[in-house]
Amino acid sequence: MSYFEFLSQYGDRLASGTLITMLLTVLSALLAIAIALAMGLMRLAPNALIRGIATVYIEIFRGTSLLVQLYWIFFVLPLFGITLEKFTAGFVAVGMNLGAYGAELVRGAILSVPRGQWEAALALNMSPAKRMLRVILPQALLIMLPPWGNLMIELLKGTALVALIAVADLMFQAKQINGSTFLSAQTFGTALIVYYILARFMITPFMRWLERFMTRKLGRA
Amino acid sequence: MTNESLSDFPLALEGDNMPMVSFRKVTKRYGDLVVLDSLDLDVAEGEMVTIIGPSGSGKTTVLRMLMTLETINDGVIYVDGKPLTHMPQGDRLVPASNRHLRQMRSNIGMCFQHFNLFPHMTALENCMEGPVHVLGLSKKEARERSEELLEMVGMADKRNQHPSRLSGGQQQRVAIARALAMRPKVMLFDEVTSALDPEVIGEVTNVIRRLVTEHNLTMLMVTHQMGFAKDISDRVCFFYGGRIEEQGTPDELFGNPQKERTQQFLSAVKEAT
Repeated sequence: MSYFEFLSQYGDRLASGTLITMLLTVLSALLAIAIALAMGLMRLAPNALIRGIATVYIEIFRGTSLLVQLYWIFFVLPLFGITLEKFTAGFVAVGMNLGAYGAELVRGAILSVPRGQWEAALALNMSPAKRMLRVILPQALLIMLPPWGNLMIELLKGTALVALIAVADLMFQAKQINGSTFLSAQTFGTALIVYYILARFMITPFMRWLERFMTRKLGRA
Repeated sequence: MTNESLSDFPLALEGDNMPMVSFRKVTKRYGDLVVLDSLDLDVAEGEMVTIIGPSGSGKTTVLRMLMTLETINDGVIYVDGKPLTHMPQGDRLVPASNRHLRQMRSNIGMCFQHFNLFPHMTALENCMEGPVHVLGLSKKEARERSEELLEMVGMADKRNQHPSRLSGGQQQRVAIARALAMRPKVMLFDEVTSALDPEVIGEVTNVIRRLVTEHNLTMLMVTHQMGFAKDISDRVCFFYGGRIEEQGTPDELFGNPQKERTQQFLSAVKEAT
């Protein structure tokens, strides 16, 4: 069977898997960003309890394996009465895991905004919330965008693990096709290339564009 | 600070000659290092007081304490008669709540050595930020007020530029407009010309000069520009070792300094320029 015959026969399934992978990536990215912002800000809170909660969250989700977390969310949580559909369990696990990494990016970026910016905002008598939202975060955002690009690629690749709880993503389709055809080189080769294309020609250009867009918006162009 | 020592201070200042700013026995320490040593300093309404002195003498700390950027270890500061970082509770003063601090801070504006303009906002947006988001003015009112001030500092034509497109002198003029847009009673200038190229210092000092002659603002300025200080100050304070070593009118202090340390400092500065 030539590679083109292989593609014409199994291309549909690989394409539908790719779509699921993209959807998973977008949803877990949104979740990761929300969690990262919340936990990153909580890590800087004056209140020790709030700081503590964020620290514990980050330690757990950054310090343990994503695969184990995925199994926990899918297989163990039901024992406590929380049952998630496998697609949901998949993107929640990836989002919560990468969100813990992102939280440290958020915290680091906020801390690297020059001290004078905080002082100027205080001198204008801005409330702590306004100082953060209107002065510090917009600048921190620009600082943290490049490392976020890295994290987004990690996240895309991390979604491949959801195949292990039978979410029909790209990796799952590749495994299925390989199981029935034993065309390992073709199936996993294609999967490899698709992941690379998604990372290199979709995520990276998007993040670059975002960086340029934000740079211009912040008047630094 | 113990409550007992706080009871030595009045809850508020009153009377006809009430100073706009009053430091009463204010001490600031960083660990063992005493930056300000029981400082007493009154500034009258509308007065322009310049602080000079060698680095490490506590000059900038005076301004930063007034802006509540630094805490104080001992003593009380009064602004417009009311304690700045304390508030009355019953018959004694206690450390101020955040609410009290915000209320007091609205009296004070500050300009910094490194301008600290918000880089993601244009000159106009920098000036409008406080009026809109702190004072609650409408965008239209805030814009009018800001444009007027940018006009005054000669930056109206650059109002839509971001700080990265402006020279140091231009940025500092915008920063002055931004502080004035909050209508403070007291303005603090912390070495506002120290980070500037020599050829643009004049455009900033001219703006401050105009403020002194045309407005009844109370101003405190820390500077290394002795000539400028001499020109525009009502009073000059020479700081040394966290205390006011000597103070007087510019003519007195620069023309006939009494203390040896003042003489040494002034002659050292003269030699350097």
